[in-house]
Amino acid sequence: MTLLAVKLTPLLPMAQLGQSFYHNRQHPDCVQSNGAFCVGWAVDNFHNYVGPALKQVMIVSISVAVGFVIAMGLALLSHRYGKLVPPLTGFTGILYTVPSLAFFALLIPITGFGTETAVIALSAYTLQIIYRNIVAGLNNVPAGAKDAGQGMGMTRRQLLWGVELPLAVPEIIAGLRVATVSTVALATLAFFAGAGGLGEKIYTQLTFKTNILLAGGLAMLMAIVFDGLLVAAGRLVTPWRRDRAAVILGGLRRLRRSA
Amino acid sequence: MLLHFALPLGSVVSSFSDAIDFILHPQPAQTGGTEVGGFGYIWPFLRTHLEVSGLALAGSLAVSLPVGLWLGHRGRGEFFAVALGNAGRALPELALIAFLAAFIGVGLRNVTIALMVLGIPPILTNTFVAVRQVDPDAVQAARGMGMRGAQVLARVELPLAASTIMSGVRTAAINIVATATIAPLAGVSTLGEFILGRDVYGTDGVLAGAILVALLALIVELTLAGLQWLLTPRGLALQRTRAAA
Repeated sequence: MTLLAVKLTPLLPMAQLGQSFYHNRQHPDCVQSNGAFCVGWAVDNFHNYVGPALKQVMIVSISVAVGFVIAMGLALLSHRYGKLVPPLTGFTGILYTVPSLAFFALLIPITGFGTETAVIALSAYTLQIIYRNIVAGLNNVPAGAKDAGQGMGMTRRQLLWGVELPLAVPEIIAGLRVATVSTVALATLAFFAGAGGLGEKIYTQLTFKTNILLAGGLAMLMAIVFDGLLVAAGRLVTPWRRDRAAVILGGLRRLRRSA
Repeated sequence: MLLHFALPLGSVVSSFSDAIDFILHPQPAQTGGTEVGGFGYIWPFLRTHLEVSGLALAGSLAVSLPVGLWLGHRGRGEFFAVALGNAGRALPELALIAFLAAFIGVGLRNVTIALMVLGIPPILTNTFVAVRQVDPDAVQAARGMGMRGAQVLARVELPLAASTIMSGVRTAAINIVATATIAPLAGVSTLGEFILGRDVYGTDGVLAGAILVALLALIVELTLAGLQWLLTPRGLALQRTRAAA
């Protein structure tokens, strides 16, 4: 026991100095001169960025999911009652106009400081684009497909879930992609509402170049990954489109061969 | 949940009335000493906000409108125009401003450049798409009447594309006004100064800044929406109403 205490004693002051000093000592030149990108520092401190990045993934996922559910509800309502489209487009448009920083600050007295507030503001932002795309997707369903469904004796609800919504999927996915990518970017300001995320890392060391590039790069990477996942999800839920693409490609190949 | 929202109603009302008080009347700063607040105090910040946003929007238009029109007219660079629009959306505003402050330097000119980076993609992409979407029959008819390329662009494609171009300008303007809010981080004192300066202006100042920024954004949006309506050719508007009916 005493042996252990003796061994640990010389290590203690270093632990008290804090991790950042310890790491700065390992890469003194680059960090002190604030080089363009200190690779060594980035590698050693990468673990500090994982938590905020995951927090941001969570904020974005929840915000887009909440926005999607609300927008879908509004879109289905306005699909049934067409008169609702202009006022709802206007309302979601106004929500979209309010700058995010101001939105967070306006919400803090009402919903308090925390993740909740960030999620409310961010999901409000996603409404406009998702709502508009679902409405447009439903409107662009070919009349022939609807007629065929009605001819088969489908009820209004069966027509919606069996014909109209599946055919609107590509436009819905397009809306989700735009909404998600912009939410990732906006969520870097969510720390202001007390929700943490990569923005907090940027803000706490605002002049340290490596930090900005690392946190900003991670945010952009996150946007790309989200986007890719949505494209893949879109392909998964519309298998008939893949078939059609294959048919078109096959046809093209045959044409080329015959030419 | 309902209780959670219902409880602080009184404090919510008083927060907002205190914030409006901050906009209207000067009061001592949190840090003591000088007086802050009141319209005379806020005006320079508002003017800077408008100045930097206006410059950035004008700069974005000057760059992206000619490029978008030319690419759309020639039908080239679709990948470039669309990819640029997507990349612009993924760019985190805070990272952009911080990057600028750390790598290029602070000040009005640099912030204007950063805001232009946000303004260019939506205008360029929308301009490109708008010109590409012009009814090919209209372009054919114009050529048949003996118009040259530049005339077709100026007298047929541009008017028919104006409405879609304007929605790109609206998106750009909203992005720019919103991001100008974090410009104080790069040494330009916009209205965001109050939102980011809780230590000096207190919670009333933060909320006052938020109210002013939100109002400014709404006014800009409504003005541009009006301009878009004015710029839409009557024939095109009629055609759309008929298509929707």
